[in-house]
Formats: sequence, structure tokens, C-alpha cells
Amino acid sequence: MAASESYPDGLLYHPEHDWARIDGDEAVLGVTWFAQDALGELVHYEAPDVGATVTKDSSYGEVESVKAVSDLISPLSGEVLEVNRKVVDAPETVNEDPYGDGWLIRIRMTSTEEKDQLLDAAGYRKVLDEA
Amino acid sequence: MQTLRRTPLHDRHVALGARMVPFAGWEMPVQYEGVIAEHRAVRGDAGVFDVSHMGEIEVEGPTARAVLQGALSNDVERLSPGEAQYTLVTNDEGGIVDDVILYRLDEHRYLLVVNASNVDAVYRWLKEREQRGSDVRDVSEEYALLAVQGPRALERLGLEPAKAFTWAMGEIDGVEVMVNRTGYTGEEGVELMCMGEDAERLWDAVLARGVVPCGLGARDTLRLEVCYPLHGNDIGPQWDAISSGLGWACALDTEFTGVERLRAVKEAGPKQKLVPFAMTEKAIPRQGMPVSVVSNGEGGGEVTSGTMSPMLEVGIGLAYVPAASARPGTELVIDVRGRPRRAEVKKKPLYAKETAE
Repeated sequence: MAASESYPDGLLYHPEHDWARIDGDEAVLGVTWFAQDALGELVHYEAPDVGATVTKDSSYGEVESVKAVSDLISPLSGEVLEVNRKVVDAPETVNEDPYGDGWLIRIRMTSTEEKDQLLDAAGYRKVLDEA
Repeated sequence: MQTLRRTPLHDRHVALGARMVPFAGWEMPVQYEGVIAEHRAVRGDAGVFDVSHMGEIEVEGPTARAVLQGALSNDVERLSPGEAQYTLVTNDEGGIVDDVILYRLDEHRYLLVVNASNVDAVYRWLKEREQRGSDVRDVSEEYALLAVQGPRALERLGLEPAKAFTWAMGEIDGVEVMVNRTGYTGEEGVELMCMGEDAERLWDAVLARGVVPCGLGARDTLRLEVCYPLHGNDIGPQWDAISSGLGWACALDTEFTGVERLRAVKEAGPKQKLVPFAMTEKAIPRQGMPVSVVSNGEGGGEVTSGTMSPMLEVGIGLAYVPAASARPGTELVIDVRGRPRRAEVKKKPLYAKETAE
């Protein structure tokens, strides 16, 4: 069952429709409700390898629906600590719970300042309204 | 920018919450609830597609048959009133201008149902070949077309089974329809043609009978699972009909545009062939991806259609490969945006009810 539209407070957002949940020097990354809705039901998650480097504003993987492919843009730079295998095996988890079980990777951040460039929920909603 | 055209059912699609997309100059529903759910509805029960964007061309007159025999690849002589035939409009090189279904309406009257993007091309093609005693007319504006497909389609519509590729006039809840025993999903079903002004009544009647509205997204995944080619993707003017695997729709003992070339290709054997394949590694093939053969490293192949199969739950597609590497079981490598991923040539169809589960 698809989730209903939401952009939780407490997450940081990238205008390319990705979110980050920061915990100390680690962050969990995923895509927003808007991104999964635009793509439709996801059927493939091309995940990075654990240990790979991700760079802010660059692609770290892909998600695909039946009809479309989308790059995953990292909101932050860091090293991949963990890939959500549940989403690799059942990509539709992202549609069902984009901010919970549908997270994509966990990273160790390499910068402490980058997060200051991200948007809060209100700022991200503004991006959506202007699109 | 050109304004997109709308079918008579546009308001119905919007009211159902469909996601509307541009397709071949038309604004069409790509999905309502979701491609996968709609796909499964057609495989398991019944779904309805608005395919009113497709064109209809009538050819009428005592010389209509001669005009069509010279313009179409299949043998028009074999078609009796009440019957339909899959056939190709071919160019001088044996390439495919369009793939169409030809219905014989009566002794001297034929109807072609053509792809939306090719209506003008096919109309001009036939008009140029018109003879004294035949009249070619584009009647696309007059009709709406609904495809109702699935194992329970006939039962839900209250129709009796009939032979594939036949048609008869009928009635669904008071709407007069031409009931065509044709389709593009590999399931039992019909394509219902009605006057444009009756389209909403027919649509409402079909939905009231429990048939699930389905968009072009599911139409594409359904046809790919059963390896029906899509004109503009898998077949087109640049590939001859034999290489495209449609030799069965070419009556090479008749005279039509491009037949000499097709006879020569058949004699010598095609250089490339269109084959179905399934991924053996996790990846979704897409149109335009390069294909190479594992055993000899030969490249030059190309994916022409690809998707994730909702029934098989693996990536599937159609691709042109060297003819020597077209046998089922041949291992291929698909270049998925720089990542090599394994696939295997399969037999048609990729999905069949008997082989599933």
C-alpha cells in the first residue's frame, strides 16, 4: 500500500528529492514521498557497495519503476556503512514507507558543514510548490 | 508546441485519477492505481484500456482488395467478411511502415486499425496507391476503441467465446459495438469499437461489469511478456520484416511493396534477429542499451524494449542480436548504463499461463 504524502520535521532535505536523518557523525539517506510518487511503484534498487564513497550532489545509485529510472542524489558526502537489503529485495518498501523501512543507505559523514546547506521540511515544501 | 489530442474518454480518465502523459500526440492515461496492479488484473481477471488514439482507415470499392494486396504483406485473398488479419505496411526495403490489423467488413469494404503515430503515414501510403474503383478514407475521428482483456473478460461482458481474429456486430448494455476478437496482451479478450459519442456509455458499462481500468503502462508490460513487438520500438522502417521475426505475416508468394527484398533476406538469412530475452542478473533492460554475445564477444546488438516483468519478476526485453546468436539459451551481456549484466535469449512467449507458478 502506498504511503500518503508527508515531509517529516527533523529530516534534512535536498532539492533533488532526497532526505537525510542525521545522528552524530552518521546519516541515513532516502528519497522523499514526492520522488517515489513521481516514479511509481519501485521494482529495482541499484545500491552502492558498502565502503564506497558518496559525494554531496552526486549520484550514489539508482531506483527504477516499471517505466522510469532515477539517479539517487546524495545530500551529503561520506562513506557507505550499510545498504538497506530489504529495499534491494523488495524495492516497493520505499513506496510503502519512504522515511522508515524504505531508507536506502547509512553513511559516515566526512563533512560537518554540508548539512547546513540542506533544507528543512518547510524549505523543501517550498521547492515542491515552486516546481 | 502542438496541442495534445484527447480521446472521448478524457474526462473519465481524469475523474478516475489517472496519470495522463503525452503519447504519440495524444494525452493518454499511463496508469490509474499502478502499472503492476493493473497488469495483474489483466492476467488474473479483466482490464479495459482506452485505445481510441489508434487510427482507423477504411478502404472501399471493387478494387479495394487489389489496392490492399499490393500495399500489405499478408495475403488479403485469404480474408473473408467477418475475419481479421495481422499484416504489415512495408516499404521498398521490406521495412515496416506500420503493423496493422485488417478487418474485412464486407465484400468490398475493409477497415485497418493502425498505430496512433502512423495514421497519417499509412493514410498517405494507401491514398497514393488508390486505384479507380477504390476509396481510402481516414475515419479515425469517428470511432472510439476499448480493449477488454483477461481470462474473465468475456464472462464479464456477457460475450460467448469466438475464434481469434474474427469480428461481429454486437451490443454491450445498449451500446452498439463491433466486437473484435483481437488484443495486445496475450489474454483472451476483445477490442470493442463504437461511435465516439457512445464511448462514455460503453466505458461506464464495462467498468460497471467489474472490469479494471488499465493504462498504457500495463499495456506495454503485458505485450512485452508475450513478445508482441511495438512499432517505433521493436519494429520500424529501418528493420526488414524477416529480421523483425514477422515473416509469418508476409505472404512472399504475393506481390506487395518490398516483397523482392524480403524474398532475398529470407533466401540469404537475416543478419540480425529480434529475440526475447530475460535477465539472469538483477537489472532492468531499457530501450537503446547495447547488447553483446558472451560466447564470442560479438557486439552490435541493441535492446529495443525492456521492462521489469510483473509476472516473472525479472527484467525482460526484446533485442536485435546477430542471427547466429539468436537461439534460446544464448548468453548475452546487456550494458546497463555502463554496468555489464547477464541475460539469456528465451523462447516466445516470455510469459505463458501454463509455465507460471
